[in-house]
Amino acid sequence: MIPNLTLVIQGLAFFAVVWLVMKFGWPHIIAAIEERQNKIAEGLSQAERARKQLADSDARVAEEIRKARAEAAAIIDKAHQQATQIVDKARQDAVVEATKQKAIAAADIEAQMHKAREELRGKVAALAVAGAEKILHREIDASAHRALIDQLAAEI
Amino acid sequence: MASEEAAGSVDMTGYIQHHLHHWQVPIGDSGSAFMTINVDTLLFTVVSAVVFMLLFVMLARRATSGVPGTLQSMVEAVVLFVDGLVKETFHGKSRMIAPLSLTLFGLIFFMNFLDLLPIDFVGWLWAGAHSAAGLDPAHAYMRIVPTADLNTTLGMALAVFLMTQYVGISEKGVGKFFAEFFTAPFHAEGAVGKILLSPANLLLRLIEEAVRPVSLSLRLFGNMYAGELIFVLIAVMTLGATLAHASTWFLGFGQIVAGFGWTAFHILIITLQAFIFMVLSIVYLSMAAESH
Repeated sequence: MIPNLTLVIQGLAFFAVVWLVMKFGWPHIIAAIEERQNKIAEGLSQAERARKQLADSDARVAEEIRKARAEAAAIIDKAHQQATQIVDKARQDAVVEATKQKAIAAADIEAQMHKAREELRGKVAALAVAGAEKILHREIDASAHRALIDQLAAEI
Repeated sequence: MASEEAAGSVDMTGYIQHHLHHWQVPIGDSGSAFMTINVDTLLFTVVSAVVFMLLFVMLARRATSGVPGTLQSMVEAVVLFVDGLVKETFHGKSRMIAPLSLTLFGLIFFMNFLDLLPIDFVGWLWAGAHSAAGLDPAHAYMRIVPTADLNTTLGMALAVFLMTQYVGISEKGVGKFFAEFFTAPFHAEGAVGKILLSPANLLLRLIEEAVRPVSLSLRLFGNMYAGELIFVLIAVMTLGATLAHASTWFLGFGQIVAGFGWTAFHILIITLQAFIFMVLSIVYLSMAAESH
């Protein structure tokens, strides 16, 4: 039980083991642990960043969709307006054209009527003259009674 | 009957004494008791150190910062535990304290662990080797638990003592370190008071410094020695027993129960003692680093 030389050797051996652990063991293990801790921290912050980016792009996509929808609605509105305008214009044009055609036709009819009336009047005058001639059995001097005939024709 | 008992008791004493005898080799021929080496202690210290190194140093070289394996996780848990303990307690500059503490814990644990091997197993192999070599197996001494040898625990306690002084000097400087021998723990105002108190301070300091390695080494040694002795006593229950004798069956059963119980309990003791040795060393080193 009395301590002997072994204790000196044991003390030195202990220091040797401490030195080996300090030199070759401890730093590697601590380095590995710290590196892993850094990796984990980095991964967590990256995940956080990715999450934020995703939220950002989600918001942007929603905004884009909203804008596109508004634009489409505007385009449709405009198209409706244009269509209405075109239809209105076409209607107006048709009305104008119809009026014009009606006027032309009326004028034509008027002219025809006038012409026919003139013709008829001439014919009636001639008939009247011929009738009168027959009634009177005498020849009426057409030139002498021109004024009378014209007046007659005008009265018809 | 009486002679049988006498023979048995002699046998028992011899058995116990044989178990508590180191394989000693004298160095030189001074005949001094100090110039002796306990070869078995050194041998199994080397075995424990190799196991410890294989576990920690070899693993450290393969340590990955990726996903750690089971063994690496276990070692990392121990390393982080020791590191946390040291960071919490020790506020000095020295970077050596944490590896030193880890070595204390790991090495002592593995040395203590040898106590859990069946008490007669290695001795029986060694005696067999002796017989095979044509030597007397009665002189085949082999104690495999290095921490049950006062030399080991005292050697480590003195190593811690030296580290304590080294840390004290390197943290505080030589002047302050030696001045504190005379000015702490009792502080005085004025030169007269300081001179009056200095002998008391010096005496207390010397006692304190001397007691630490002694208590540190004796605590571990006492626990392990007692543990080993109880294993020996449990083994004695069926010493020289014959199957023909009825008591062998009772005692054999008792031995199994006692052996199992003490081994299970001893797992706690070996871990706890390694831990206590480490924690106290950290505390001593921290106290040395702090100014009074």
